[in-house]
Amino acid sequence: MSYETVIGLEVHLQLSTETKLFCGCRTKFGASPNSQVCPVCLGLPGVLPVLNQRALEWGVKLALALNCRITEQMKFDRKQYFYPDLPKNFQISQYDRPLAHQGFLDIAAEGGTKRIGLTRIHLEEDAGKLLHEGHQTATLVDFNRTGVPLLEIVSEPDLRSPEEAYQYLVGLKAIIQYLNISTCNMEEGSLRCDTNVSLRKPGEAALGAKVEVKNLNSFKAVKQSIEFEMRRQAAALDQGQRIVQETRLWDAKALKTESMRSKEGAADYRYFPEPDLVPFIIGSALIEEARRALPELPAERRMRFQDAYQLSSYDAHVLTQSAVLGELFEGALKAGAPPKPAANWIMGDLSAYLNASALEPEALKLRPEWLAHLVELIERGTISGKMAKDVFLQMVQQGKDPSEIVEHSGLRQISDAGQLEQLADDVLTANPRSVEDYLGGKANAITHLMGQAMKRSQGKANPQQMTEILKRKLSQVSTTKGDAA
Amino acid sequence: MASESLASKTAHELHPLLEAGKVSPRQVVDDLLARIAQRNPSLHAYLDVDADRLRQQADALERSGRKGKLYGIPVTIKDNMCITGEHVTCASRILEGFRPPYDATAVDRLKREGAIIVPRANMDEFAFGSSTENSAFGATKNPWDEARVPGGSSGGSAAAVAGDLAVAALGSDTGGSIRQPASFCGVVGLKPTYGRVSRYGLIAFASSLDQIGPITKDVQDAALILSVIAGHDPRDSTSAPVGVPDYAAALKQPVKGLRIGVPALPTVGLDPQVKQAVEEAAKALERLGCRLVPVQLPHIDRSVETYYIVATAEASSNLARYDGVQYGFRAAGRGGEGALLDMYLSTRTEGFGAEAKRRILLGTYVLSQGYYDAYYLKGMKVRTLIKQGFDQALAQCDVVVMPTAPTPAFKLGEKSSDPLEMYLSDIYTISANLAGIPAVSIPCGFSADGLPIGLQLLAGPFKEDVLLRAAHAYEQATEWHKRTPGAR
Repeated sequence: MSYETVIGLEVHLQLSTETKLFCGCRTKFGASPNSQVCPVCLGLPGVLPVLNQRALEWGVKLALALNCRITEQMKFDRKQYFYPDLPKNFQISQYDRPLAHQGFLDIAAEGGTKRIGLTRIHLEEDAGKLLHEGHQTATLVDFNRTGVPLLEIVSEPDLRSPEEAYQYLVGLKAIIQYLNISTCNMEEGSLRCDTNVSLRKPGEAALGAKVEVKNLNSFKAVKQSIEFEMRRQAAALDQGQRIVQETRLWDAKALKTESMRSKEGAADYRYFPEPDLVPFIIGSALIEEARRALPELPAERRMRFQDAYQLSSYDAHVLTQSAVLGELFEGALKAGAPPKPAANWIMGDLSAYLNASALEPEALKLRPEWLAHLVELIERGTISGKMAKDVFLQMVQQGKDPSEIVEHSGLRQISDAGQLEQLADDVLTANPRSVEDYLGGKANAITHLMGQAMKRSQGKANPQQMTEILKRKLSQVSTTKGDAA
Repeated sequence: MASESLASKTAHELHPLLEAGKVSPRQVVDDLLARIAQRNPSLHAYLDVDADRLRQQADALERSGRKGKLYGIPVTIKDNMCITGEHVTCASRILEGFRPPYDATAVDRLKREGAIIVPRANMDEFAFGSSTENSAFGATKNPWDEARVPGGSSGGSAAAVAGDLAVAALGSDTGGSIRQPASFCGVVGLKPTYGRVSRYGLIAFASSLDQIGPITKDVQDAALILSVIAGHDPRDSTSAPVGVPDYAAALKQPVKGLRIGVPALPTVGLDPQVKQAVEEAAKALERLGCRLVPVQLPHIDRSVETYYIVATAEASSNLARYDGVQYGFRAAGRGGEGALLDMYLSTRTEGFGAEAKRRILLGTYVLSQGYYDAYYLKGMKVRTLIKQGFDQALAQCDVVVMPTAPTPAFKLGEKSSDPLEMYLSDIYTISANLAGIPAVSIPCGFSADGLPIGLQLLAGPFKEDVLLRAAHAYEQATEWHKRTPGAR
């Protein structure tokens, strides 16, 4: 039978503040183990946490961008459990008075947008990392990550399909990148996502028992794991089994989830108010300041792109999902490129390149004016559309201006009539059979002749001019032959 | 003669001599060390003393030529405050070998004023206790009667000051740990307002109750030490950004017209000699021109229960970090499957004493799912009521008087088998911590056995100046503080 899927997401976002949430240690990713630690984040006896004001401000920023209500008097709580990556054996988090609550995010959905509710956003400190490799009898602990600020963003169970969950993450990530508060890198763990999935019969109001899935290290994994859970839970329900509330782990190799712990095994975290930190009053001044400092967000930029550049809603959507791509687009326009070709390059070749090389747009060493130059080279006929694809690749791979690439590699298109005439004569002389085929009525023999011409010119012959010249010369041959007959 | 030892002087007596160069920091330290060598083996006020390092400190100070408010004054530090490079154990095995790479803010401020830092005064393990018998390294004895306890948890600090093994000391007070031992040892002990003194570097027992304060031979020294250690600290979010008044000047203000609140108190277990001494102290204040007013302190009879919920909840969390992973004591584990849990369990089983375990269990229980509302939440509500009670009482008076402890010092071993009985010895001190207000204990008499009795004065938040003014006026009008254990 068919079921309705109910999904809620919990996203953990590492803020890219220069220092940690409660001390002055750096937060650089990939530093040598335990090089970014101090008595406070190591939880040595007697030390005390002091809140990073920047982290709080960034939290407020995101909360406003996600249409949340800011909690007037937020406080921190201790979440208590023993684990060697947690030096105090409690995590400073927020329990009943989080930074913000009751927001929403409009996601792209069939036929427009869908509004997804946000339950809460809270600030907390990250834990360290255990290193099991390389030592047979010991586990090592790296505390560099300990105390790095995290925002936990919890959605309402408003998502109904893997695609919606995916779109939610894409939309959320776009906003975060526009705000420039996190690198959003799932592989480095700066963005982590847990899903809560349950099924229910259509029309039923009550939610089914939910299964939490952890260990998701890409948006794709989020999608796949939900698809897997839908199949697994449906099969179980069809057989009359009950779904047990539990936590499962996603296995990205086997493409399935496996049970980690049941609800009965769930820890009692013994939350209580963190006595080392006073409650924080987030005044209207701070909120207004943060609101004023908000940059243009994806939804606004989408509308503006549609209006200002006459882009389709689809094009505008794609171009604004990444802050970097949107900036690249507008930069190219500023450097003289017309909107449509600029948009096409970004949505076509550039997106394909990013996908194929598994790169994030942020990793691009591409200047917007280069894209404008590329478009200009094509429009002037300096290079052909086909050559432009090669130039594009060199541009993104080597980080070079296309004008320079064309200049240095001699990739310049041959448009000189004299040179092309000579080339045509050479090709016709060398390929008598194709000439005969053409004259015998096989019109597509010209394709082979064009190919030969491009080969001899190393792809530099202006294709339009070349075709015209070949056709003219062939018709001349045909006339001559006819005369002879 | 022992009384001629420089260690028997107060800080305010020593300071002019040191500043004028009439005595050197080295002479003070030598006298102190002699006194410690003589008395510490029987009193056990200090866990250990590194004579060489103390002499080096004194010599370095003298060479530096830096002079401050505490130039050359030795200040003894309870073993729960961090001093860079020095062992700190909280009198617990679990911190064995730990040396912090930082100074507690209070210690740092003493150093900046030229004090000589004297580690490590004995205490109840993690400040859990009222007799210093819970030290993992052996009890401290009361200089007035070595068969008796010095009180606790800052028993080492109080005994050292009373026995002239210290000029002045720092203690910490979570439910009476400065005041009750001061009372038992016949010295002055001040618990400042919560937030008055930074807790940075004080190894936490209960974060919302802990305060560092001075234990001294007289009120003037208490004012002097407080003036150095008080003030906002950006490293402690709970320290108050409130200006520090001139406490020395406050002592000179007249007490005439001060309203002294006399509350009706639970009298279960109150020694009649203590009751009488406190009543007479109130009369003495009246004779100094103060006005006695009766006040109510509702819910104060619930303070012990409330305290043992709030304090143990926080303690169970604060002590979670002592797990053998990163520093301190680690029990030899079995290894293999389940090695981590085994290491946690054996480390904490072997590393903590009985009272620490009792409080960790209690605190874990009151925060557990299903019990939180009935215990912790209710405890916090009663705490608010107790605080409101003090707000109301202190609206009608400037200072409240009451006993510090219901009895003079009890015998070693007398209460150690009955934790509840022991907990009740803090019945009068606990409420000041729950309310966050300042309170001081000063000598106000002696029992028939010749044991000191303490008078407790309490005032509104950040009114240490008023508190010290009243305490000083009473002290100057009486002779109790002049008696010493050696000369009784």
